[in-house]
Amino acid sequence: MTLLLAYCAVLLSFASGLLALLMNQQQHLQGLSQRWFKRFAGGAGVQSVIEQNLDEHRFPNLLRRLVFVLLGLSGVFAVIAGLAVLISAEVITDQISLGLPWLPWHVRFDSLSGFFFLIIGIAVIAVSIYGPGYVHSYKEKQHPFAVLGLFTGLFVTGMMLVLLADDAFFFMIAWELMSVASYFLVAFQHENSANRRAAFLYLLMAEVGALAIILSFGVLASFADGFTFDALRQAQLSPTWASIAFVLALLGFGMKAGIVPIHVWLPEAHPVAPSHISALMSGVMLKVALYGLIRFCFDLLAEVQWQWGVVLLVIGSISALGGILYAMMQPNLKRLLAYSSVENIGIIFMVLGLSMIFMDNGHPQLAALGFLAALLHAFNHALFKNLLFLGAGILQHQTHELNIDMMGGLIKRMPQTSALFLIGCMSISSLPLFNGFVSEWLAFQTALQVDVLDNGVLRSMIPVAAAALALTAALAAACFVKVFGLIFLGLPRSRNSEKAHEVTDKGMLIGPALLAGLCFLFGIFPGLIINLINGVAKQLLEQSLPNDTSMSWLWLAPVSAHQASYSAPLVLIGVLLAGFITFWYLRRNPDTKTMRIAPTWDCGFGGLTSRMQYTSSAFTMPFRRIFANAWIIDEQIDKDMRGAMNLDVAAVHYKLQVEDHSWPKLYLPIAHAVNTLAKHVGRIQTGNIRVYLSYSFVTLIIMLWVIS
Amino acid sequence: MLWILAIIQTILFVALAPLLAGWLKWCKCRLQNRRAPSLFQPYKDLLKLIRKHPVVSEDASWLFTKAPFIIFSATVLAASVVPLIAVDLPTSASADVIVLVGFFAFARFFLALAGLDVGTAFGGMGSSREMTISSLAEPAMLMAIFTLTMTASTTNLSFAIIHVLNEGLVLRPSFVFALFALLLVAIAETGRVPVDNPSTHLELTMIHEAMILEYSGRHLALIEWASQLKLMLYGVLIANIFLPWGIAQTQDLHALGVGLLAILGKLAVLTIVLALTETMLAKMRLFRVQEFLGFAYLLGLLGMLSHIILEASR
Repeated sequence: MTLLLAYCAVLLSFASGLLALLMNQQQHLQGLSQRWFKRFAGGAGVQSVIEQNLDEHRFPNLLRRLVFVLLGLSGVFAVIAGLAVLISAEVITDQISLGLPWLPWHVRFDSLSGFFFLIIGIAVIAVSIYGPGYVHSYKEKQHPFAVLGLFTGLFVTGMMLVLLADDAFFFMIAWELMSVASYFLVAFQHENSANRRAAFLYLLMAEVGALAIILSFGVLASFADGFTFDALRQAQLSPTWASIAFVLALLGFGMKAGIVPIHVWLPEAHPVAPSHISALMSGVMLKVALYGLIRFCFDLLAEVQWQWGVVLLVIGSISALGGILYAMMQPNLKRLLAYSSVENIGIIFMVLGLSMIFMDNGHPQLAALGFLAALLHAFNHALFKNLLFLGAGILQHQTHELNIDMMGGLIKRMPQTSALFLIGCMSISSLPLFNGFVSEWLAFQTALQVDVLDNGVLRSMIPVAAAALALTAALAAACFVKVFGLIFLGLPRSRNSEKAHEVTDKGMLIGPALLAGLCFLFGIFPGLIINLINGVAKQLLEQSLPNDTSMSWLWLAPVSAHQASYSAPLVLIGVLLAGFITFWYLRRNPDTKTMRIAPTWDCGFGGLTSRMQYTSSAFTMPFRRIFANAWIIDEQIDKDMRGAMNLDVAAVHYKLQVEDHSWPKLYLPIAHAVNTLAKHVGRIQTGNIRVYLSYSFVTLIIMLWVIS
Repeated sequence: MLWILAIIQTILFVALAPLLAGWLKWCKCRLQNRRAPSLFQPYKDLLKLIRKHPVVSEDASWLFTKAPFIIFSATVLAASVVPLIAVDLPTSASADVIVLVGFFAFARFFLALAGLDVGTAFGGMGSSREMTISSLAEPAMLMAIFTLTMTASTTNLSFAIIHVLNEGLVLRPSFVFALFALLLVAIAETGRVPVDNPSTHLELTMIHEAMILEYSGRHLALIEWASQLKLMLYGVLIANIFLPWGIAQTQDLHALGVGLLAILGKLAVLTIVLALTETMLAKMRLFRVQEFLGFAYLLGLLGMLSHIILEASR
């Protein structure tokens, strides 16, 4: 039954993709319906309704809505299926007779898949409420909806199938479906060369990653009899081979998840995809990669080694810090959000690493705590990152800008969007009362349990990682103060943002509002989701959280109430109480209740303009100086001089370019090496037919020699 | 009963904060050979501000006028978590020391946004600098706190203080390091000399003042009050974690009275130390603050390492 729901979700998203193909077939459909009604003279009422809907003007709108309704239904089914399997805690297996003759597709639906189904479902629901309004602005000639809808459907189908797969072969097919479909979505607005370049980079890295995953499965399969995950679980690997498989899996899944330094496709691909797609890619697809890593390490490789945990911890710390530092420097909102995804994935990897370390050192309960924190952060990140990307889409839709230096003052013109965006910013900055804080708090609690370990190096390394996490959180807060402050507060910095107004399409607000509501709900009652994740930990690690009983809805006490506790509802009540008392007390005097509205103080000089405000690069200037080595900074200040002696400054030009270290340090050398190699190989291509004939001859001789 | 006590303690906290500011001002004035204003001058200032009509810029949004209330409430909540005169109160269980840092982050987030709201260069400058300093101070602070929480193996402030009390007077190198780290962080976070000068209005040096330049009337009063509260919070945190003796462990009147007197005495001494440093030191350049906070972080790290290497049971 549960599995049926999951199948329904998959089929519905597939159907939504296929339905989108009908976009250009409006005339065919009209003809079809006319012939149909000619042959079977059916009810005239039905005929007129159908013909009305097939009308040239109504049809595209109707179909667009229908496609998104199907997608949304798929999301609803995914949520229900995920919840059902999480609550019932069963493991359902099945076989579909597709694929290779001797290897039908194996399907397995357990708590881990269910949890990620839940993430996909929520994101897809929000996106499909948001979508119709957003895609409305695309011109059908340039950006056909058929393409967008088809690949969106296939993309979601692919992601769901990855979660269902129970053999390596099916897993890779689903994985490739997801990667390739998303490539077409990234390349959707292909008229810009930058977009084509980004899409190619994405495809390239996705395929290299897929190769690594195939190799890691290959390592496992060579010790097992068969490609099903059941067989792979039974494989007896030596620790060295297990580590090789782990490194390959980390490379493959990490490339998709976007850990530093293999993250470069993220900041290129996310800004160019349509916003609801970047929301899905950043909020959900990165989580599917995470699912792959968890499935591989915690499920298939039975014995987790603590050294892997250290690797994850180090890589995670670098990604978290690097991600947020790069994010901070970006003036492009979607690029910034993409880098911030790198940061959040880094945090998740850190906590997963902690979980592995505790696991191998014989503390399964603490491993479960770390595992829970990681999954919770994945869930939270899916919520708030989706919210922020959808918000960025609204901004792009209304102001035609993504550069935050060109916005400003939108809080007055777009009050609802700004409120939703504020919730997203507060969640991602991990402020108390919002969901981001809970997972970060759990991460700190995990790190603080380091005293139980025997290894001295680990004991001093983990607190340092925790401090890195603290720095990350503080930098994220600074980064999102910048984002919200420059976009929504202050004075408008361009004509576009001066003229912007709130979106008229209600769906574009309801989608993000749903996510914002969930951010707040799970910030106040984290117990709801934690209980579900506990089931995942129980099934996968055979260990649930210690002190389970004290985790009532009101209190969060992961280890014991004596060690740490957090009660968001009480905090909320306290804040509201304090806020209302002061508000009431200070405004009870009617004489001073009103405020006097006056011009902004301009130091008596007059003429404050919006150009005098802090910009993105001004706001981050102190960070740029303090962490100067984190980026390659190219800062140029040119002055135009004039006057008799060329002493008066007429104009000042300021140019700032901040680059990622990974390009010149990692990718360009690789590209260079490939080019050099190609040149050397190219020497044997002389273009002379006699030389080629002699090549064939020599090859033939060698072959014969080998055979004999 | 316990809840009532917790609320009374929070109210006491809020009510005493301006007195602490007055005492600090008094000490500084005496050290600088000036005539000191009355100890209760901060109360009078707050009252005066509350009675006035607030003037709000025409470019301000709702965030500007609501932010003071949010900042004040978050700081009050932070105050409710920190044990002032008694330990083992229910409010300290509702949030531990990491959440306390979260409350500060919450208040700071809105303060920085409020600075950006009106759209002047001053506000942006203040917000940018405040976020820079705080993002350097937060890891240092958590490092110091982790040292403590790992020793007491709890992040709950109440239990941590009880742990220190039960241990008796032991000179732990890790605590000494953590104490100094926390002192440095407290100076940076509360905007005192040498990181920030609360009495300056020179654009090159302002940090906190630059953000709140546009505020007036009751809004300004709330923000001032919140920053006085924050100063007291850090004072109480340092006093009660590292020198918890005297704090009430039972709820009878005698113990509570002793607790109140003890914390007042400790704060009075701490404030004199702060006044001394403020008088003797000059404000440093903005880009030397990173070295200052880097040093604080280093101290916290040393504290952590000395705990792990020297003191841990294994």
